[in-house]
Amino acid sequence: MADIFELRDIEVWDGNMAASHALRQAQVDVVAAYPITPSTPIVENYASFMANGYIDGEFVMAESEHGAMSCCIGASAAGGRVATATSSQGFALMLETLYSASGMRLPIVLNVVNRAIGAPLNVNGDHSDMYMGRDSGWIQIDCYNPQDVYDMNLVAFRVCEDHGIRLPAMVHQDGFMTSHTAQRVKTLSDDVAYDFIGEFKPMNDMLDLDHPVTHGVQTEEDWHFEHKARQHHALMSAVLPKIQEAFDGLKALTGRQYNLVESYTMDDAEIAIVCMGTSVETAQEVSNELRAQGIKAGVVGIRVFRPFPLEQIADALKGCKAIATLDRSSPNGTVGALYNELAGALFNTSTHAVLTNYIYGLGGRDLTKSSIHTIYRDLQANAQAGSPTTPLQQFIGLRGPKLSFF
Amino acid sequence: MFQAKTKNLKNFSTSAERFEGANLLCPGCAHSIIVREVLNATNDHLILGASTGCLEVCTAVYPHTSWDASWIHIGFENGSSAVAGAEAMYKVLKNKGRLKQPDRTPKFVAFGGDGATYDIGFQWISGCFERGHDMMYVCLDNEVYANTGGQRSSSTPIGASASTTPSGRISYGEKQNKKDMMAIMAAHGAPYVAQVAPNQWRDMVAKIQKGFATEGPVFINAMSACTTEWKFSPEDTIAISDLATDSLVFPLYEIIDGTKLNITYRPKNVIPVRDYLGAQGRFKHLFTKQYEYLINEWQARVDAKWELLQRREEACL
Repeated sequence: MADIFELRDIEVWDGNMAASHALRQAQVDVVAAYPITPSTPIVENYASFMANGYIDGEFVMAESEHGAMSCCIGASAAGGRVATATSSQGFALMLETLYSASGMRLPIVLNVVNRAIGAPLNVNGDHSDMYMGRDSGWIQIDCYNPQDVYDMNLVAFRVCEDHGIRLPAMVHQDGFMTSHTAQRVKTLSDDVAYDFIGEFKPMNDMLDLDHPVTHGVQTEEDWHFEHKARQHHALMSAVLPKIQEAFDGLKALTGRQYNLVESYTMDDAEIAIVCMGTSVETAQEVSNELRAQGIKAGVVGIRVFRPFPLEQIADALKGCKAIATLDRSSPNGTVGALYNELAGALFNTSTHAVLTNYIYGLGGRDLTKSSIHTIYRDLQANAQAGSPTTPLQQFIGLRGPKLSFF
Repeated sequence: MFQAKTKNLKNFSTSAERFEGANLLCPGCAHSIIVREVLNATNDHLILGASTGCLEVCTAVYPHTSWDASWIHIGFENGSSAVAGAEAMYKVLKNKGRLKQPDRTPKFVAFGGDGATYDIGFQWISGCFERGHDMMYVCLDNEVYANTGGQRSSSTPIGASASTTPSGRISYGEKQNKKDMMAIMAAHGAPYVAQVAPNQWRDMVAKIQKGFATEGPVFINAMSACTTEWKFSPEDTIAISDLATDSLVFPLYEIIDGTKLNITYRPKNVIPVRDYLGAQGRFKHLFTKQYEYLINEWQARVDAKWELLQRREEACL
């Protein structure tokens, strides 16, 4: 039996430590992992908990991220709680197996500490890895600070292991900005956190020796389509209500309110920024400053990136005149993913806002308040003109030529 | 409850099945013979895995399965890690008292072809063995990517004509020597590493049972004669296997704890390598004036390897 880790009501944790404690409190059965910056401290902390008697499970230090997720898949299919962590290049190496995990309907929790993907090699935060995972069939929950990381890990286990869901979940946090920045985190005691997640209930478990199962079959044109369609349908129809239910449960337990879409001063907003990660809080600060000047500015933070909450987003942006989508990943050949998602969410609605796209923060470049002020000024001009007054896609914080498009 | 019978061949052949004959493998494929022998070598429950390849695509095509034991496949390179993950979960659930049948101890076995073992899955296998998972890895070594149409792997021997190293007017086919996977796995310090062939079934069952009785990672390299890519008649699988073991092209031996080597089969009459090569279409081009010198080189290589194995065996006495 693992020892109880006595936590203070409020700890000072960075995002990695918050994730590590959440995994410990979830009493994960198997963690198979491979270290990579900036997610490394998650597994280092976990190893340290283990070395000091706070972990009962197995900790498999794999030879690569691909091997780590492969072990996670085998362990999950065997029938128990499984989690791991990665970033960037490691995430890219894992990618093949991410599709396997979701296609095999295995509820694995993966902490992704978002980082740029080379070349050029870069260890700092952007959302390239998160975007790379967006078609992989995983639930993707986004965090803005260490408190979110702690809470969303608990939510992720509770949601993805539900027998009506059985899909893996990623919990995203920004590399260094969240993962290495210590902040106040309100904690739950070990037993309360565990009870919130609940016991793992196996299903189609390989280790049920009286009921052998075959995992990871081949399907060709006769059945592949039905499998993929059912998986997508489960993701689209069952997940958001289950996440909402978990958010409600967490609120009842802690008072902390999370939403599928985090609207901030959006009730009467005419101009809005839509973004993810730590940028949400920066944008919120700027919108406060603008509100003080009587400018009707708001912020919409994406909390759940997959499944994308199309209806909730459209609802949050109802009545807006100009919207900026901020993407922290190079689209490499089109507009940013958030721009595309927003355009899709709003197209058949009565909201006919001017929609523009900003690419920012690649490779850890800071997004400053002054940059966000500039974006809001663009939005004011767009709202007034009723059409884009700027190129459709711009880089923010880029040195040298502007390199804008359209 | 499943009961294996291994007293004699007739008795063994009528043993209960956990690997169904209803599969899509080619007639004459040695894979099914080997897999059946592995599964029948124990009465314990089995948790199985396979890498992408002939065995996988021929035995688990939805909505059918040939496996009457839990089985998992993820991809080409990671059959070992899938089973290692399941083994790790078993240890935890046992420790936490959450096994549904706590009185039974399953065995963990991963199967992979030589492509999945010698080439693309090599790193994953190395990781599993270094970490010491309690599992058996069985390589079904048919010396070629048979599932995808006969491309060369690092197990393909010199002179074989493969679809990516075809013999031709100016080429005798594969240019590289077969990778010595046995030595590499033994070098991991694995407690048990053995080479087997389905024609020597007693030797094979004995080694599999020894492997099952061993704690820690066990590597079995099983020669799997491939009627389709080696190009011989499907009814000749065992005859070709006899030629391989009796010409010493495929010597049968084991290595214990990475050091102690035992030769487990010494043919009464060693036959020339030429006879083994001549029985297969993949070596047909060697029997021409242009390439005949390669047959002598083959014989010299096989002789030298046999000599080395004997010296290794003596060194551990």
